[in-house]
Amino acid sequence: MLSEKQVQQIASLARIHLNPNDISFLQKDLEKILDYIDQLNNLDVKDIEPTSHVLPLKNVFRDDVLKESLDQNTALSIAVEKKNGSFKVPKIIE
Amino acid sequence: MELYELTAHELLDQIKNNATTPRDIQQSLKEQIERVDQKVHAYVRLFADGLNAIPDPQNACPIPIAIKDNMCVSGQETTCASTILAGFVPPYDATVIQRIKTQGCPLIGHVNMDEFAFGSSTETSCYGPTSNPWNLECVPGGSSGGSAAVVASSESVWAIGSDTGGSIRQPAALCGIVGMKPTYGRVSRYGLIAFASSLDQIGPLTKDVRDSALLLNIIAGPDPMDSTCIDRPVPDYTQSLVNDVRGLKIGIPKEYFIEGMQPDVKARVLDAIKLLKKQGAEFVDITLPHTEYAVATYYIIGTAEASSNLARYDGVQYGLRKQPDHLRKSTLVDMYEETRSRGFGKEAKRRVMLGAYSLSAGYYDAYYLKGLKVRTLIKQDFDKAFDIVDAIITPTSPTTAFKIGEKIDDPLAMYLSDIYTISANLAGIPAISIPCGFGNDGLPVGLQIMTKPFDEEMMFRVAYAYEQNTEWHKQRVQL
Repeated sequence: MLSEKQVQQIASLARIHLNPNDISFLQKDLEKILDYIDQLNNLDVKDIEPTSHVLPLKNVFRDDVLKESLDQNTALSIAVEKKNGSFKVPKIIE
Repeated sequence: MELYELTAHELLDQIKNNATTPRDIQQSLKEQIERVDQKVHAYVRLFADGLNAIPDPQNACPIPIAIKDNMCVSGQETTCASTILAGFVPPYDATVIQRIKTQGCPLIGHVNMDEFAFGSSTETSCYGPTSNPWNLECVPGGSSGGSAAVVASSESVWAIGSDTGGSIRQPAALCGIVGMKPTYGRVSRYGLIAFASSLDQIGPLTKDVRDSALLLNIIAGPDPMDSTCIDRPVPDYTQSLVNDVRGLKIGIPKEYFIEGMQPDVKARVLDAIKLLKKQGAEFVDITLPHTEYAVATYYIIGTAEASSNLARYDGVQYGLRKQPDHLRKSTLVDMYEETRSRGFGKEAKRRVMLGAYSLSAGYYDAYYLKGLKVRTLIKQDFDKAFDIVDAIITPTSPTTAFKIGEKIDDPLAMYLSDIYTISANLAGIPAISIPCGFGNDGLPVGLQIMTKPFDEEMMFRVAYAYEQNTEWHKQRVQL
């Protein structure tokens, strides 16, 4: 069972602010989904290797060649706010 | 048939024989979009140039194409159907877009999808739902619902979509067209807005199997910008289109023919099997014993990767930035939370939270790690099966298209509509959905063909051989 407090904690991990209405909905939804997921407990996976990726790839190297890339103005064209050729972000240190 | 109803290869033939011109094709599609998109609501953005700019006569493949709204097109707003990316105009092209442009295919516009590809019905889009052209009250499937709908309604000749748990194949099945997910690593993901990086793969949605092979020829192949895109030569996939399945061994997994499946869907799939048998294929009963765990495994791995990929939408660099109104002085974290709360829809919040939970301290072993281990078992099931068979045939979706609104308030029921498609993503194998008839409700049914990794050729061969002996792919919706 997920408590309201747990739902709040998960939301804060995900950096989402929930209003009280959302909480009761999500509590119900998440619980139902987690219940369904719990069927994996029927399997014994103690000695099974995890698969995080299907391809047998290790490190993929390439030569370090100097190439054209986006110029500063183009890269900054997506910025919410910019100042002096940089992304402008809210103040972090009080 | 009208020009807009033809396949890409038919149009290319007509251009070659001087029976039509690229300009006429553009004009024909433009009129069709003007006539029917108000009913289907599939395009979220038409590009100014797409059907208006006069194509260069040197272009190898001047066949217009529609793009799912999660692929970056330089200079065109690209939003993943999410409010949080409103106003995001990428300054670069995704690799697949670059390749399509190099072939000279005009880009018609971006088409609708579930927000961040989270869904199986295209209802979670911030632009509202798209309709299934076969019945406007029904969903087109999802998440590439817009891509499937524009092909079915002949508002595009073909389209590009992405598939993380069935997002190309399920809408293709529900809209009566061909949709294929290549092997993981066959097509570059550079410029595809990430959902679950170990599962996502871009692929074609087309009117027939030949177009699917043609489009895969264009988009497949190694890319220095995506290190998971395998450095392996790309065959000419049209060479594998031979109408001959004699001697091929095809597996039928018993776990895919279960209760809860719509009886007429089952009947159509069994009809298809019967036909292929008549054509000389040998059918073998096989078992994929961990099938019942695929959906649960997927919702652990998919949401964990999504919560990590979607952490970048925080209002700092691009897209939406919102400050809480009620606070006189707000901190950086307040800004993150306000931006994400206002920018993400319900399902995106649900998935990001589920992922954060399964990755969090104390739950990692019980959820995420366990999910990765079950993924190994699911992959091994397929490895063993492909030791015996050349291909596996299943239904694509347990039902035909459902009504708009029918499943939107029951996330678990929605998740279960991907029950037959998810395993191919977890195992990384190629899979295609092709039309195999209609249900009692008059809606299309899809047949899924899966093969071993990088054996798209076998997949195309079986699909083509079936298609060439049926008429389903020639059906066009009249809107």
